[in-house]
Amino acid sequence: MGFDQSYSARKFKSVGTRPLRPDGVDKVTGRARYGADFNMPGQLVGRVLRSPHAHARIRGIDTSKAEALKGVKAVITAADLPDHTEGDSELYNILDNCMARSKAFYDGHAVAAVAAVDAATARKALKLIEVDYEVLPHVTDVDEAMKPGAPQLHESSNMANRSEYGHGDVDAGFNQAEVIVERTYKTEQTHQGYIEPHACVASVNGDGTGDLWVCTQGHFVYRQVCASLLGMDVSKLRVTSSEIGGGFGGKTHVWAEPVALALSRKAGRPVKLVMTRDEVFRASGPTSATSIDVKIGATREGKITAASATLRYTCGPYVGMWAELGAMTAFAPYDLENVKTVGFEVLVNRPKVAAYRAPSAPMAAFAVESAVDELARKIGMDPVEFRIANVASEGTKSSYGPVYGPIGIGPTLEAVRDHPHMKAPLGENQGRGMACGFWFNFGGQTCTDLNIGADGTVTIAVGTVDVGGSRASLSLVAAEELGIPYEQVKAVVADTSTLGYNDMTDGSRGTFSSSMATISAARNAITVMRERAAQMWDIPVGDVVWEEGHAKAKGEKHGNLPPLSVKEIAEKAGNTGGPIAGHSEIVADGAGVSFATHICDIEVDPQTGATRVVRYTVVQDAGKAVHPTYVEGQYQGGAAQGIGWALNEEYIYGKDGRLQNPGFLDYRIPVCSDLPMIDTQILEIPNPNHPYGIRGVGETSIVPPLAAIANAVSNAVGVRMTHIPMSPPRILASLEAEKGA
Amino acid sequence: MVEVTLWGTLGAAAGGKDKLEVEAKDIRELFRKLAEQYPGLEPYIEQGIAVAIDGVIYRDTWSKELPQDAEIFLLPRLAGG
Repeated sequence: MGFDQSYSARKFKSVGTRPLRPDGVDKVTGRARYGADFNMPGQLVGRVLRSPHAHARIRGIDTSKAEALKGVKAVITAADLPDHTEGDSELYNILDNCMARSKAFYDGHAVAAVAAVDAATARKALKLIEVDYEVLPHVTDVDEAMKPGAPQLHESSNMANRSEYGHGDVDAGFNQAEVIVERTYKTEQTHQGYIEPHACVASVNGDGTGDLWVCTQGHFVYRQVCASLLGMDVSKLRVTSSEIGGGFGGKTHVWAEPVALALSRKAGRPVKLVMTRDEVFRASGPTSATSIDVKIGATREGKITAASATLRYTCGPYVGMWAELGAMTAFAPYDLENVKTVGFEVLVNRPKVAAYRAPSAPMAAFAVESAVDELARKIGMDPVEFRIANVASEGTKSSYGPVYGPIGIGPTLEAVRDHPHMKAPLGENQGRGMACGFWFNFGGQTCTDLNIGADGTVTIAVGTVDVGGSRASLSLVAAEELGIPYEQVKAVVADTSTLGYNDMTDGSRGTFSSSMATISAARNAITVMRERAAQMWDIPVGDVVWEEGHAKAKGEKHGNLPPLSVKEIAEKAGNTGGPIAGHSEIVADGAGVSFATHICDIEVDPQTGATRVVRYTVVQDAGKAVHPTYVEGQYQGGAAQGIGWALNEEYIYGKDGRLQNPGFLDYRIPVCSDLPMIDTQILEIPNPNHPYGIRGVGETSIVPPLAAIANAVSNAVGVRMTHIPMSPPRILASLEAEKGA
Repeated sequence: MVEVTLWGTLGAAAGGKDKLEVEAKDIRELFRKLAEQYPGLEPYIEQGIAVAIDGVIYRDTWSKELPQDAEIFLLPRLAGG
């Protein structure tokens, strides 16, 4: 019989509590091992040579001088990464991005790499590699790239894909509208800004087996991709994930790992490759820059009659689905009769775009929620009440297609309406904004082992990398299901050779999926423990039940049998059939969609355009908060990243197509002193497709901030802000433009 | 027979239809029949399509049954961060 994943209301003992995080001491004392902390005897240092040009044909590469340098053990180019992709265009694009083949498509694109005995020798060797470039015209701006005559990256158009969503008749809907808002919005490219750069140690042996120790969000996926690119058998490559110093989607893609493996294969020695911050900015995957047209019409009573958007998202040199995700998420919070979105993926000479926390949704929400706010004000309605009047609920046909089950957008809006923050007075030059956000969440392939130790303690081995506290959450879930204390459970992330395949930790799936597998594994272990207890008592297993962490004999004739604890059953395991374990392999489908509404107060200095976040509140539906402190941390983290995106962060390219600010001094992410304490409110609308009602919580919190802050700034200065980030020069320019108008 | 709704791009690949009627009892059979009857959909199916059944999205499970009266909506396979 399959695992029953349907929700059943229960009174929790462990889930919902806030125990100390198991990884905390190691992390604050420096004992935790991150990607760069792995070392092997005889390891070499890997370094990558990168294109200084935004767009160039590679006519030839001469590596002879580098190879002749003492201490250099291997030099590789694309020739050392032959094409094993067998027509898989997505895989080919990954290969081409890891090491340019015929063209360098962006400033920072890898063209060669070396492995040497030390970093100084490796750097010296890079300077000896001679690359013959034919520099080509380039384009980095999303709108410029779509114009006729723009430099083309490939033989076909820069418009790499078109997608469309919606239902109803938007033209008819706009004809019914009494008030219409129509604007174009822009957002600049940002990076996830994880503190830990990409790092790995690769070791390929003479027999074709290999090991990779790496900082990643998905070591099973890295194994699959790296083995495919290197032409290795998947099972011969063992990948071990390190602790992760932030990923936010950027560590779902491979960058330097196949290069490190190819260097190790050629050198016959382990190779450690750690990207510098400059390389992380120039050559890992930021999010899209966008240009978005939005049109929304409504009646004067506040009913939206039609909504449409055209979304143009950069994807770097390779097609992605970034505009498509924007097109799907743009109007998700609303119940609309007539809605249409069209997305265009636009090729530009910038790094390959990667996922960034609810990828593509924040930019779409910025455009739509800005227009919704403006429309509400034009009608003369309170922006919260206007949203409530048009909000989606259970049974609503979503703007991306399917009908919704139980969802939390309405409750988050009502919570915001009633929140004290909305009634707090504002000071001089301050404005308040609010906005909604949506993310799908998903599940996927998941495998978990639950092992009962001889003393009754429990280890769960999971394959989803812990990026945000899942080890604590999964220990709570195992404790809940087994009926034992949290302290009796330890969760570890297993490597790819010791556990079945797991999809990566993305799509807010880590705790959702692995908790479901943990519940299933625990139930299987309980079945075994009931059988063992029956043996110990010499009674039928049907007479044994599991309650409050103990096997209990039911029925009057067994009334004198005292309950058996996990420890007592485990102590006799050798006599009753051997080790006790529960195993689970599932596809965790049925993830519940996620909604949030944020409130923000901003102060703007009208002389300088400088901004200060005065107060910030996040209200989000968690389904069930397994470890509320971690959930609050996710809410705060997403808001903090969104604040940086809204106010400061952007990739700045020069006319030469080179990135001007590849470092944290010039690309400024918010630090603690930039932020107020971010208040949170957790709502719990259970996901009907999870036994505990859990929804993913990791991504949605980054969706509303851009719009909430833009609405706050617009209200503070009296000018509608349409370009993110709202850096001081951009705010001043908007004020000047308004004066001029 | 189940009625399947396609997202915009997929509809174009199916000859401009946004709804199709298919004789299929589960997701595996649905994909097989769609590929047979609408060859333009095959590349999308190979890339990965998610199936929303009454609003619940299934990305991988071929054996998931398709109830006759359910709302069945095809979506692209999503990426996350």
